[in-house]
Amino acid sequence: MSHKNPSHEKFERLTSKTIVLDQDNIDTDQIIPARYLTCTSRDGLGQSLFYDWRFDEAGQPRNSDPLAGKDARTHRILVAGNNFGCGSSREHAPWALTGFGFAAIISTKIADIFKSNALKNALLPIELDADAHADLVAAPGAELVIDLKACTVEMPGRWVRDFTIEPFGRQCLLDGVDPLGFLQNCEADIARYEAAL
Amino acid sequence: MSAKSLFEKVWDRHLVKAQTQNTPAVLYIDRHLVHEVTSPQAFSDLQEKGVCVRRPDLTFATMDHSTPTTPRRADGTPDYINAQTRAQVETLQKNCAEAGIELFDWDSPARGVVHVTAPEQGLTLPGMTIVCGDSHTATHGAFGALAFGIGTTEVGHVLATQCLLQRKPKSMRVTINGRLNPGVAAKDMTLAVMAALGADGGTGHVIEYAGEAVRALGMEERMTLCNMSIEAGARAGMIAPDAVTFKWLKGRKYAPAGAAWDKAVAEWKTLFSDDDAPFDKEITLDARLMAPMITYGSSPDKAMAVDSVTPPPCSALDRQGLDYMRFNPGRPIMGEKVDVVFIGSCTNGRLSDLRAVAQVLIGRQVHKDVRMLIVPGSEAVRRAAQKEGLDDIFIRAGAQWREPGCSMCIAMNGDMGAPGELVISTSNRNFEGRQGKGVRTVLASPATAAACAVWGEIADPRPFMEAPRVA
Ligand code: SF4
Repeated sequence: MSHKNPSHEKFERLTSKTIVLDQDNIDTDQIIPARYLTCTSRDGLGQSLFYDWRFDEAGQPRNSDPLAGKDARTHRILVAGNNFGCGSSREHAPWALTGFGFAAIISTKIADIFKSNALKNALLPIELDADAHADLVAAPGAELVIDLKACTVEMPGRWVRDFTIEPFGRQCLLDGVDPLGFLQNCEADIARYEAAL
Repeated sequence: MSAKSLFEKVWDRHLVKAQTQNTPAVLYIDRHLVHEVTSPQAFSDLQEKGVCVRRPDLTFATMDHSTPTTPRRADGTPDYINAQTRAQVETLQKNCAEAGIELFDWDSPARGVVHVTAPEQGLTLPGMTIVCGDSHTATHGAFGALAFGIGTTEVGHVLATQCLLQRKPKSMRVTINGRLNPGVAAKDMTLAVMAALGADGGTGHVIEYAGEAVRALGMEERMTLCNMSIEAGARAGMIAPDAVTFKWLKGRKYAPAGAAWDKAVAEWKTLFSDDDAPFDKEITLDARLMAPMITYGSSPDKAMAVDSVTPPPCSALDRQGLDYMRFNPGRPIMGEKVDVVFIGSCTNGRLSDLRAVAQVLIGRQVHKDVRMLIVPGSEAVRRAAQKEGLDDIFIRAGAQWREPGCSMCIAMNGDMGAPGELVISTSNRNFEGRQGKGVRTVLASPATAAACAVWGEIADPRPFMEAPRVA
């Protein structure tokens, strides 16, 4: 059984705690090492998330495992350093993150292809200013409220920040629709374009 | 009409629908390249939805990422590392057969790394939009195409509709003046550009490479330059097509021929940035100041001249990169002991790259403590190299001459280093663990990598290139 692309479920609001990985340039090879890309479905990739940071050469958990003891049901927001998700176009990276349980990534800058892939998988890529980001880094485990309708992140009792997100991807998530449908509805335009080639 | 950049000209010509505030542009895709790793879930999504592949005739597939580079087994079957990689390849074979997509299969003379074989076959043409579920798709921009990597969901979109939903990226021009000095390669220029831009300096942009130094590059060298655009975070890299481009393409299998060729060239000649074309960002570099380059950290922008000393870390991340690499700030890295040398990948797995390696290896021996893998980027490259006798030079020197594929660039097929080993690699990424868990990767040009193989230490290639010895 392959699990369904989660982008077709409605998404409006998320209240959850954070896990902080304060490192810049976390690349897709760290998020999921290439040797775990040999799959033909999306299943089970959560187990390979940050694999080499979590497990040693013998496959034993490392003491330094940044996700150790974190309950994915209560800690669904990953706060990471600048330029998160740089590197390859592998959609396995957001699949591994959502497979583990994450529903949002907060950074000061998120790499283009990762951002686009994440949004299609109901994983919110949120870019905040450096001050707000620093507050989150200083308070691992803080509970945040993310409101996709209002495009705000709230650190209760501290601040509320607006964020910008690609409006079309956002609307698809709010409505729970598959963006492929939009493209398919352009068939007449596509056929016209091809006829003029 | 207002002045347009090369990128804007190609973008505008492919708009099925322009973007609005609420909706991205619908961009028509001329060429869709598919491989075994990022496509299975896209095909199965379409099957679940009951959607067919709209234009199998514009779609071409190859197998490269997880395929073995070792000889076939005694029974003639490929020697896959495990059942999953075999299942990936077999899934691709099945999906292509069902959809009517041409696949460069095991016995095809066109099989190879997607970004090496597509240009060789003439599938990559100026002015096209080209996508592939692989971030190094920017390689094809060397021909003046707008080419970029996409995720698996988007692979599904293109299979279903031949279109993509895209926001228009920003534009950047990197102008490189002067000419490269002898002994300095396109890869060195590329690493120098990465060092100048930084790992996120190109984010959100399409880069156009321009200037005398870029014009002076051959087609294969231009591909090396565009290939690594993603390492600066850029969506794509492009070079305006010119006589060098047209000469390289003429007569290739899928390129237009006869009257269609003349018509195409006339069209391609309009693909350049107008004099007053605006760019969102511009930088200028000087090729005369570039030297053979080497990386010292764990991101491709951490590059320096091979004969300089490792700079002091500017951040905790730099520190971590140096610690991972076990290099010390303020010290040269020439002389560091090398364990493995990998020649290949879509960055440097072409014939000219192999010739540069042969020039260093001819009449010399790979150091006894070094394992050297030479992996041609495609079957066509393999055959051409063997026709020139390069394989002979490699094997005599003690290197391993392999079958084409991505191999140690991504280390999915079993070709990889052991924890702690220092690998000199002509590929494009030195991320932690990219070439195997705990492997320390140093990126370099083919000549530099070959010099390291002979010396057994990180070495400057220039002394090796002056007077090649005779075998
Ligand atoms: S050679 Fe490396 S970078 Fe190029 S397509 Fe293969 S894995 Fe990707």
